[in-house]
Amino acid sequence: MNPLLEVRNLVTKFYTLDGVVHAVSGVSFDLQEGETLAIVGESGSGKSVTVLSLLGLIPTPPGRIEQGTALLRTPLGQKDLLQLSKAELRDVRGGQIGFVFQDPISTLNPILTIGEQIKETLTRHLHLSAEKAKAQVIKLLAEVGIPDPEMRYKAYPFQLSGGMRQRVVIAIAIACNPHIVIADEPTTALDVTVQAQIIDLFNRLRRTLGMTMIWITHDLGVVAGLADRVMVMYGGRIVELSTVDDLYERPQHPYTAGLLGALPRLDSQETRRLVSIRGTPPDMLLPLRHCPFSWRCDYASERCWQEIPELTSTAPGHEVACFYDMEKGGLRDG
Amino acid sequence: MQRYFLSRILQSLVLLFGVVMLVFFMVRITGDPATLMMPRNASPAQVEAFRESMGFNRPVLVQFWDFLRGAVVGDFGNSLHFKTPALQLVIQRLPATLELATAAMLMAILIGIPLGLIGGFNPGSVLDSVARGVALLGQSVPNFWLAMIMIIFFAVRLGWLPSFGRDEWKSVIMPAFALGLSTMGQIVRLTRSSTLEIRGEDFIRTAYSKGLLPLTIYSKHVLRNVAIPLVSIIGVQFGYMLGGSIYIEFIFSWPGIGQLLEQAIGWRDFPMIQALAIFTSLAVLMLNLLTDAAYMIIDPRIRYGAR
Ligand SMILES: Nc1ncnc2c1ncn2[C@@H]1O[C@H](COP(=O)(O)OP(=O)(O)O)[C@@H](O)[C@H]1O
Ligand SMILES: [Mg+2]
Repeated sequence: MNPLLEVRNLVTKFYTLDGVVHAVSGVSFDLQEGETLAIVGESGSGKSVTVLSLLGLIPTPPGRIEQGTALLRTPLGQKDLLQLSKAELRDVRGGQIGFVFQDPISTLNPILTIGEQIKETLTRHLHLSAEKAKAQVIKLLAEVGIPDPEMRYKAYPFQLSGGMRQRVVIAIAIACNPHIVIADEPTTALDVTVQAQIIDLFNRLRRTLGMTMIWITHDLGVVAGLADRVMVMYGGRIVELSTVDDLYERPQHPYTAGLLGALPRLDSQETRRLVSIRGTPPDMLLPLRHCPFSWRCDYASERCWQEIPELTSTAPGHEVACFYDMEKGGLRDG
Repeated sequence: MQRYFLSRILQSLVLLFGVVMLVFFMVRITGDPATLMMPRNASPAQVEAFRESMGFNRPVLVQFWDFLRGAVVGDFGNSLHFKTPALQLVIQRLPATLELATAAMLMAILIGIPLGLIGGFNPGSVLDSVARGVALLGQSVPNFWLAMIMIIFFAVRLGWLPSFGRDEWKSVIMPAFALGLSTMGQIVRLTRSSTLEIRGEDFIRTAYSKGLLPLTIYSKHVLRNVAIPLVSIIGVQFGYMLGGSIYIEFIFSWPGIGQLLEQAIGWRDFPMIQALAIFTSLAVLMLNLLTDAAYMIIDPRIRYGAR
C-alpha cells in the first residue's frame, strides 16, 4: 500500500551568525495510514525541525529547506508539501495536518478564550457558521475529556491546568479531522500522572478516530505503549528505524541500545543507577564526514571515522545506519 | 473586580487630597500675593487692608479649611486677576486643551502604532529604520524647539499653516504635532519591541500551525497582545496632555489650560493656580482609572485577578 506520507531526503539548515547549523541532513521515512510513528532522540537531534519543515513552519531566515520531497497522498490526489505555495500550505496546516506542541502553557494565546481558539480553526478550514462551529467546539472539548465543555468554552487558558490546556491543544489539532496529527513532545512539560492521562487520550483517539500520528519524544519509555514504529534520530539523521517490538528486543544501533539501557526498568529488582550515554550531542555546525555517533561509540572502528553509514535493512521492517553488527559482534559485511 | 475598583477610587481620592494640600501650601511658600497685586507705591496700610479683604491674614490652617469646604462643592474662589470664579475660567479653557490633546494623541496613535507594527514585523527593513528614527527623534527632540522650527518653516517660509491662535482647523496641526511627537516616539518604540516579542511567542506559531491567514494572526493574535502595554502609555500621556502643555500653548498662543496656568503663575493668582492644579490631577487620576478599566477589557488575566 502506498504510504500516506512519504518523506525523501529532507535537508534543512539554519544560516546563523555562528555558522551553518546542519539541523536535518537527509531524512527519509514513510508514514502508513492509521499508524503511529515515534521520532526519538536527544534534544537537538533535529526531531522538531524535521516535522516543522513539512509544514513550512521553519523560521526563514535563518532556516532553509535545501532538499527533499514530502508527498502527502489524500483521496483528492497527492502533493509535495515542500513545493506548495503559502496559500496551499495554509490549507494543509490545521486542515490536513494537525499540530500539538510541547508546552501547553505557552502554546495558547493567553487573552483569547479556549473556545475561540478552537473555533477559529473550524471556521478557517470547514467554513462552519458561528453556531455550528460552537456546537462542534463543545463536542470536541468533550471528546478530549474536558469536563463541563459548555462552561469551559468561555474559559481562558490561565484558568485551566496544564493537562487541561494540553487537551485544548489536542482539540485544536484534531478539530478538522486531519489526515495526520503531529505531536511534538506533547507530554514533556507535564507531570508524570498527567502525562499518563494524555497518553491514554492519544491512544483512545487513535482507536476511535483511526488517527495517523507522528509522536516526537526524547523518552523511549513512553513510546512502547503508543507507537507502531520508531525512528531514532541522532545529529540530524536517522540512525535506526524499526517496529516498536523489534527495537526493544533487538536494538541494532549502539545509540539506541544506549538509550534503552538508560531507561529505568520498573520490572527489575535491583535498583539500577540511571545511566546516560557518555559524551555530548554532536556539534551541528560541522559538516559531517563520518558517523555522527563515532565520538561517543564504544564500538567505533576505523571505518566509522571515514564514512557516513547509510541506513540499511537488517531484518524486515528494521533499518539501521551502523557499520557494527551488535548481534554478531564485528563489522557488518557490505 | 468591583472591590478592586472601589479601592482604586478610594486611593485616588486620598491622592487627590494630598495634591490639594501640597498645592495649597506650596503656592503660599512662593511669596505674598498682596505685595504683588498692589501697586508698587501702595502704603503698608493699603496692603494690609487688601490682605484683610482677601482673607490672607487669617491663620493658614483656617484658610485651608475654608478652601477645602469650597473645593468640595466646586468653589475654588474667584481669580484674583479676572475677579470671576476660577473654576469657570478653567472650564472655559478646557475645549481648547481637549482639542489639542486629542489631536496630538490621535496623531501619535495613528502614526505610531502602524509604524511600530511595521518595524516589529520587518526588523532590519527600510521601514523599520524609519520607525526607529521616529522613536529616537520623539525622545530626543525638545518639543519647544520643534515648535519653533515648524513655525519658521511651515508658517513663515511656506505660509501653509497659521503660527498662532485657534481660529481655523489648520491651527491645531503644528501644536498637536509638537505636543504629540514624544508620545509618538514612545508608542513606536513600545509597539515595535512588543511586536517583536509577541511575534516570537509559541502561541503565534500555534496560530500559524492552524493555517490562519496572516492578517488574522496580526490583528487578532499579535495586535491584541501588543495593545496591553500600549494602554498604559496612552493613558498616562493623555493625562499629562490634558493638564495642558505650558510650552506648546505659550509658543502657539493656544488659549488652553497650559497658557492659563502660565499666566496665573505670573500673576500669583492663587485661586487660579489651585483650581488648575487640582483639575489637572483630577484628569490624571480619572485617566488612570480609565486605563485600569481598559486593561480589564483587553486582558482577561487582569479581569479575573490572575495577575
Ligand atoms: N530557529 C533556529 N535557528 C537556529 N538553529 C536552530 C533553530 N531551530 C533549531 N535549530 C537547531 O537545529 C537543530 C535541531 O533542533 P530541533 O529539531 O529543535 O531539535 P529537537 O530534536 O530537540 O527537536 C539544533 O541544533 C538546533 O539548535
Ligand atoms: Mg524539539
